[in-house]
Amino acid sequence: MHISDAQQQPERRPLLEFSDVDTYYGEMHVLKGVNYRVGEGEIVCLLGGNASGKSTTMKTILGIVTPQRGTVTYAGETINTLPTADRVRKGIAPVPEARRLFPRMSVLENLYMGAFTREDKAEIESDLERVFGLFPRIKERLKQSAGTLSGGEQQMVAMARALMARPKLLCMDEPSMGLSPLFVEQVFDLIQAINRQGTTIFMVEQNANMALSIANYGYVLQTGEVVLSGSAQSLRDNEMVRQAYLGELKVAAH
Amino acid sequence: MSFQDLLLQQIINGVSLGAMYALLALGFTMVYGIIELINFAHFNVFMVGSFVAMWIMGAMGIVGQSEVLYGLPLVGVLLVTLIATMLITGLLGVLIERVALRPLRGVAGTAPMITTIGLSYILFNVILLAVGADSKNYTNPLPRTHWEIGEAVLRLRELLLWGISIGLMVVLHYFVRGTKMGKAMQATAQDPEAARMMGVDVDRVVAMAFFLGSALAGAAGMIFGLYYNFTSFIIGYTAGLRAFTAAVLGGIGNIPGAMLGGILIGLIESLGGHFIAVRWTDVIIFSILVLVLVFRPTGLLGRAAPTKS
Ligand SMILES: Nc1ncnc2c1ncn2[C@@H]1O[C@H](COP(=O)(O)OP(=O)(O)OP(=O)(O)O)[C@@H](O)[C@H]1O
Ligand SMILES: [Mg+2]
Repeated sequence: MHISDAQQQPERRPLLEFSDVDTYYGEMHVLKGVNYRVGEGEIVCLLGGNASGKSTTMKTILGIVTPQRGTVTYAGETINTLPTADRVRKGIAPVPEARRLFPRMSVLENLYMGAFTREDKAEIESDLERVFGLFPRIKERLKQSAGTLSGGEQQMVAMARALMARPKLLCMDEPSMGLSPLFVEQVFDLIQAINRQGTTIFMVEQNANMALSIANYGYVLQTGEVVLSGSAQSLRDNEMVRQAYLGELKVAAH
Repeated sequence: MSFQDLLLQQIINGVSLGAMYALLALGFTMVYGIIELINFAHFNVFMVGSFVAMWIMGAMGIVGQSEVLYGLPLVGVLLVTLIATMLITGLLGVLIERVALRPLRGVAGTAPMITTIGLSYILFNVILLAVGADSKNYTNPLPRTHWEIGEAVLRLRELLLWGISIGLMVVLHYFVRGTKMGKAMQATAQDPEAARMMGVDVDRVVAMAFFLGSALAGAAGMIFGLYYNFTSFIIGYTAGLRAFTAAVLGGIGNIPGAMLGGILIGLIESLGGHFIAVRWTDVIIFSILVLVLVFRPTGLLGRAAPTKS
């Protein structure tokens, strides 16, 4: 049922690859033989309806769940059973679904948690300055406890926290969730800025329009199977994507 | 004895008991804060600790209560005993977690809690079989130095026990606030999955919580012996339940709450025991447990609502 796109993605070295990955929660089969390829320096987006397995994909990359079959390769190395901490050390960092900040820690403490696996104190401080450059508003809130921030501010802190790990691969799960349109635009601008600084991005999004406008490549997941993949442009032109994810169903029905 | 002096005396006694309950409550609260498990084995880790401390003093050639030490030898003996006891009970806690609880991690329902009750029984029976059912006179090298304040008496041993408890709580506070492991513990308590995603090794954090909690229980066991001048295989239950009540009263999972709850329960026990009646103290203490659970399950310093998602 997989409809691959004729337009090939440009040949970049793959940073992350899934080949025929099956992930389960107990008896429940969630990811069913999925294949992804995220090239170095790319923005790749993952679309799909609720419960299709998008967050499970992110958890599989981070090692929160381990696949039962298939292989997950990162930077040329199979990481199927690598502990999460080692993955973080190798440069995989998450911006989890619903942010998941540590609510009773201050913003600054949350940022340091992002650098938890690092020992290079001086470098951590300079990364902190770099992060303040990207998110100037965070600097005004360093002492506030994270649980009392607004949703938009929390999203900024979650992104900043992930950057404190100095990631090569940033896994973002619905970064625009619950944000006002203006804020969504800011978030996507920031994602592009982060990407331009050299971080590869694998992003789950419901906001398909925005996501495809900044992505190089995309996948569409349906009940655990990749049903469509291709360049962002080709997905935007695809009839099924337009109907299901770009909100054009009504237009077509008229 | 005037009323004021009586009151003062009971406060001195209450704070002494309270300091011991606080140490014991900290173990309940730390483990609960991190894996939401009520560890009933903790009762008897405390009891084992009181025997271990006595055996260690015995190994250093100090037995009974006639041999009194002063100055540096006294400090040395107490320090060595305290540290060795804490190490041994701390490792016992780690062993309990590793062997019996880690395999059950993530198992929903009461299975892990029931397992801790089983473990508690094992410790109880091992000590019963090893030393017998009669209570033992505790080794006590402390001089009988004391001060009179009006008609109330403050003994050196009380000052010492307060010092040990406060010292340990200060160390714990700085460990949790100021070290990377402490930060990892805080993060895991607030959101274990997010902590894991930051690269925290959650297994190590849980083991550390058991180590610290059990080490403090060992210290409390030593304090019990020095304070009451006896120990027995049975001491875990009363002290354990009171410490548990202290943890709940302060807000289970909350470290300052456990300290506050411990002192309050100690004061209630000594003041209630004196001004109402000793046989009513358990009724009063467990009524508090029930009332807190019904009307303010988050305890005195607990958070208004769980923030876990
Ligand atoms: N820890 C878990 N235990 C059991 N089942 C789970 C667990 N996490 C997710 N699932 C189930 O796996 C399926 C896929 O979940 P997943 O979170 O990956 O969906 P999703 O695509 O991210 O959905 P959404 O858009 O709603 O976030 C769902 O049916 C969900 O109920
Ligand atoms: Mg999801």
